[in-house]
Amino acid sequence: MKNNLSMPVRYVINILSIIFFLVLGNFLLKIGLFGRAQVSTIIQSGIYIILAVSLNIVVGYLGHIPLGQAGFMAIGGYAAAFFWKSGILGGELAFIIGIIIAGISSGLFGFLISMPAFRLNGDYFAIITLAFSEIIRSVLINFPKVTGGAQGLKRIPKYSNFFCVYSIVIIVCTLIHLIMKSKHGRAILSTREDEIASKSCGVNIRRYKIFAFTISAFFTGIAGAVYATNQGIIAPSEYGFMKSVDVLVMVVLGGMGSMIGSITAAAFLASLPLFLQSVMKSFNNYRMIVYSFILIIIMVFKPSGLFGNYDFSFSAILERIINRLFVSKNEKVHENL
Amino acid sequence: MIVRDMHKSILPKRDQNVKAVIECKGVGIDFGGLCAVNDFNILIKKEEICGLIGPNGAGKTTVFNLLTKVYTPTRGVMYLNDKNTKSMNSIEANQSGIARTFQNIRLFKNMTVIENVLVGLHNEENCGIFESIFRLSKYWRSEDLLKKRAMELLSIFGMTNVADHISSSLSYGSQRRLEIIRALATRPSILLLDEPAAGMNSSETVELMENIKKIRDSFGIAILLIEHDMNLVMGVCETIGVLNYGVLIAKGTPREIQNNPVVVEAYLGKAKE
Repeated sequence: MKNNLSMPVRYVINILSIIFFLVLGNFLLKIGLFGRAQVSTIIQSGIYIILAVSLNIVVGYLGHIPLGQAGFMAIGGYAAAFFWKSGILGGELAFIIGIIIAGISSGLFGFLISMPAFRLNGDYFAIITLAFSEIIRSVLINFPKVTGGAQGLKRIPKYSNFFCVYSIVIIVCTLIHLIMKSKHGRAILSTREDEIASKSCGVNIRRYKIFAFTISAFFTGIAGAVYATNQGIIAPSEYGFMKSVDVLVMVVLGGMGSMIGSITAAAFLASLPLFLQSVMKSFNNYRMIVYSFILIIIMVFKPSGLFGNYDFSFSAILERIINRLFVSKNEKVHENL
Repeated sequence: MIVRDMHKSILPKRDQNVKAVIECKGVGIDFGGLCAVNDFNILIKKEEICGLIGPNGAGKTTVFNLLTKVYTPTRGVMYLNDKNTKSMNSIEANQSGIARTFQNIRLFKNMTVIENVLVGLHNEENCGIFESIFRLSKYWRSEDLLKKRAMELLSIFGMTNVADHISSSLSYGSQRRLEIIRALATRPSILLLDEPAAGMNSSETVELMENIKKIRDSFGIAILLIEHDMNLVMGVCETIGVLNYGVLIAKGTPREIQNNPVVVEAYLGKAKE
């Protein structure tokens, strides 16, 4: 007989494993197990994870390909940086409020952009989002009195550390998971699967497209804020077209529609340059070729991405282990009888 | 014989006093210079099973697309439960009581069977985003209710045992059945079935005939179906409309349609004299 873990038990297991992960990570960093470059890469990975899971909402769950994530990241980064630099508040509270401001301002732009953007599909949708991103970048460059122009903003207060960044990663992933496992998530997925069928079921697909795009922009803005505080300096040149493509590559590589895929690919691609740099010291100039080659290999042999559309569930794995042990024990008892 | 008074459907006596679920008056659509459907008139009453037949390319699926507002008619008026559908889109049409299946199965292929039905139940319970994210008691109540209802619907076609299967892994016949269940989940007052027996073997078709009647009786809804399988159409429909080149050329009981020379000519052509 199958044993199914009840929802409260699943939640307790997940919360405990999250706390364990955060405490263990913090402990390993504190005892000095990792060098400075490695710690920096781990934090960078966290930021890319937020970016990738946010983009995965639109690319993986909704089935549209935007190329303007860098624009939302810039909005979030600049909004938070303005707030932090204003010095209205200090300490952790300032960090939290800055993050929220970044999310809201980016989400607001996402909402405004999505309304005309979703009148188009496919390539045209990608182009309109790319154009938006470029407009943002131009505005940032051409208003130097406010934005610092091409040189950007400097001396942004540094709040980021492993605990802060990965707490945000966990909160973002949890929120996305909770949305996608609700009726609203099902509506978003149905839109990806078949728009006509979805409409024939009474799902307001336009509303859900805008909703998905807005929450994606909201979380991307948060990632932008974390990026800004981690770097301490931001400039429009960092939010170019290639930044959007980098994040898109992570989502596609991990498997569109798989959160664990986005997380793994983001962590993998963010740490790959550092790994190649340390392994191939004598071939340092060739590491980008190796990086590209790895991407080609994965895409050729696993076109659906590393995880396809599989999503990881720690409690489901535990449930399977318990069932296997329980069922095998029962079977043994039956055999003995 | 071309039917003159298209507005009056030929109904069993029991339904004569029941109000119309759907009524079309002079509906038509042009695609550029092509008149795909012209002067389409139909009136379907509650609990009526009506068939729409015609040769390939006659415009049957276009009529379905017009009724469900996938296409906006170029001319004519349509009433769905006494409401003019002029300003409705397909979502509002569904919410006003029209549901359909498709000629080429349109399931949410990467979603499970129960998730497909749950999408059909999307408008059943009003649970906001805030309640869903924070998993408030309203969310749990609504999810429990929806899942219970989904399992009830699946039990109609005996599909509860495959509820957790990915819908694309089902057999062709089961996929067709699931599409009907998903349409029923939207609580329609009229169900449009576009070739429901396509790809089914004879025993599955017989089972489908029984199920169509069962759906009509237990849900108390009208059904309009497009089908090429004449055994199914003649066996299950109370009235049949025949469409040819976008025009309704005949309408009547199965017996009348079988003996109608205009229908025979539309299907088989005219003998050389």
